[in-house]
Amino acid sequence: MNDVLLKVDDVRKEFPTHSKEVVHAVDGVSLEVHKGETLGLVGETGCGKSTLARCMAHLYDVTSGSVWFDGKEISTLSRRAMRPVRREVQVIFQDPYGSLNPRRRVGSIIGDPFAIHGIASGLERKKKVQELMELVGLNPEHYNRFPAEFSGGQRQRIGVARALALRPKLVICDEPVSALDVSIQAQIINLLADLQKEFDLTYVFISHDLSVVRHVSDRIAVMYLGKIVELAPTHELFGQTRHPYTRALLSALPVADPDTADSREQIILGGDIPAATNPPEGCRFHTRCPKARADCAAGEPPLISVLDDQQDHRTACFHPLTIGEDMSTAVPDLKAS
Amino acid sequence: MALLEVRDLRVSFDTPDGTVRAVRGLSFDVEAGQTLAVVGESGSGKSVSTQTITGLTRGAQVSGTAFFDGTDLISADQSTLRRLRGAQIGMIFQDPLSSLHPHYRIGWQIVEMIRAHDTVISKQAARQRAAELLTLVGIPRASERIDDYPHQFSGGMRQRVMIAMAMALDPALLIADEPTTALDVTVQAQVLNVMRRLQEQFGTAIILITHDLGVVAEMADEVVVMYAGAVMERAPRRDIFYRNHHPYTQGLLASLPARSGDRLTPIAGSPPSLISLPAGCPFAARCPHVFDKCRTEAPPLSDVGGDPRHQSACWLPHTVSEAIAS
Repeated sequence: MNDVLLKVDDVRKEFPTHSKEVVHAVDGVSLEVHKGETLGLVGETGCGKSTLARCMAHLYDVTSGSVWFDGKEISTLSRRAMRPVRREVQVIFQDPYGSLNPRRRVGSIIGDPFAIHGIASGLERKKKVQELMELVGLNPEHYNRFPAEFSGGQRQRIGVARALALRPKLVICDEPVSALDVSIQAQIINLLADLQKEFDLTYVFISHDLSVVRHVSDRIAVMYLGKIVELAPTHELFGQTRHPYTRALLSALPVADPDTADSREQIILGGDIPAATNPPEGCRFHTRCPKARADCAAGEPPLISVLDDQQDHRTACFHPLTIGEDMSTAVPDLKAS
Repeated sequence: MALLEVRDLRVSFDTPDGTVRAVRGLSFDVEAGQTLAVVGESGSGKSVSTQTITGLTRGAQVSGTAFFDGTDLISADQSTLRRLRGAQIGMIFQDPLSSLHPHYRIGWQIVEMIRAHDTVISKQAARQRAAELLTLVGIPRASERIDDYPHQFSGGMRQRVMIAMAMALDPALLIADEPTTALDVTVQAQVLNVMRRLQEQFGTAIILITHDLGVVAEMADEVVVMYAGAVMERAPRRDIFYRNHHPYTQGLLASLPARSGDRLTPIAGSPPSLISLPAGCPFAARCPHVFDKCRTEAPPLSDVGGDPRHQSACWLPHTVSEAIAS
């Protein structure tokens, strides 16, 4: 397909630890990001979503596999060769406090991309920066202020302005609203949506917050322990959930609606997420899965379309959920198959 | 009489930039065995108020009363507070790692805590009790894990240890300040479940401080919505979600990502500075329904009709607000 903007092919990313163990942060992930869409990446702490995002932007070297942007492999590029690609792939980080240098004025922070890529200088740069500030809803007159003089929401707008300076094609948003209060969070989400429309942007949107991801994403990939367990268009992921982990994640999400909260089935998973240094054999979720059977421990389920799903809905599970199946009473049985 | 009655609590801090008025005339009741959720955004004063009640704010100017079981916690001396904290009032915080001592085994810490309040219990019996508590909060193989250090537990398990410790002396009130904010959703569900179960079993009252309206909908009996150090609205859970009156409550709910891909409705602007608060209603500058009176006179918390526990600090007549909400 020629509408693929970013392609991730069997990417693995490992980190060594002090005790000579290896953290398998991302373990064989393949996916495609289409032009103009928002792909959501969700999962809990340590599932590898942020590592994957950094591999996508080639901020990390991958251990194996490859990343392709606009038809070109970027995962092997040197820093220098990566430069022109950097203009087209930008990242917005979670922490609006930690990602801005407190000693520099916001005008110069937002102007960095122009300076680094030698695009505009002097008054021209200032003019471009002020246009950007206006674009993201900051007062251009605050050009000479320091980050500390802005609120959390405004700082995230600074991060957005900096990311958009070079008119990128792909913006990777790594938990961009997680540190913000809900009323401010909504402002930033709307801003990102407006900018996407105006500049035809493609987003990879990472969050642990399913309700945010659901709101912004066209498609969602659910990750668990370094792997994608389910990948589907948003409405299908919610309406036709196949993977038991996705279901558990959805059911654990507190809903701001008392009627729903009182009436829905809740699946409380046992135990903790296993360590990524020593992930379980077979399906990585089988140690906590209410539907686990012997074959789940024996082999690793591939990410494919299951039951009667379309090709764009893929699930890595040997015993996917049927529509309307009640999982709250399921009991694992690792002896039977 | 309620278990805890807070009346006109005011807390301010002197800073180099001026006096921060963190809590401005807060009143609420907590009934035995009930969960009161205090919800608000950063800087709303929700944490400072409970920290003040338990004597944990230092260097603050405090006024008002907080009667707990006949004792005014605000005027009580440190030794009285120390006796009540832990024994009668349990506390858990957002980050369990900073509440547990990293150098001591968790069992030792729980035993220490029990023996600080119960001078006659033997070490052996206290240890036995600690193991029971860990089992109670759902820590597997509690009798082995009692000798582990805090770092050997995951975030969710640590929060369970904190709950075990807070519940050790069967307190009448548990103050939980953002207890699940640092946890993943599936772990959050486990921890909330433990809290619910313990409340049922022991009849503990809970003050649940949170920014998460989802957690409120799951856990609360009554809800207090705070903004800029004051209560904007207070009501039983269903009224807050379905028959709310205050534009701030409505704004918070409208800001939540909805099911559809429609645009969100954020609250415009940002909260006021607590150093130089404007006259009138603190929410006036961001309120879509603001009128002249709002900018000059702060609305008192008053009944909105319907449930007698439902009050709102807003000049809008009840009928108007209802029309806006629907």
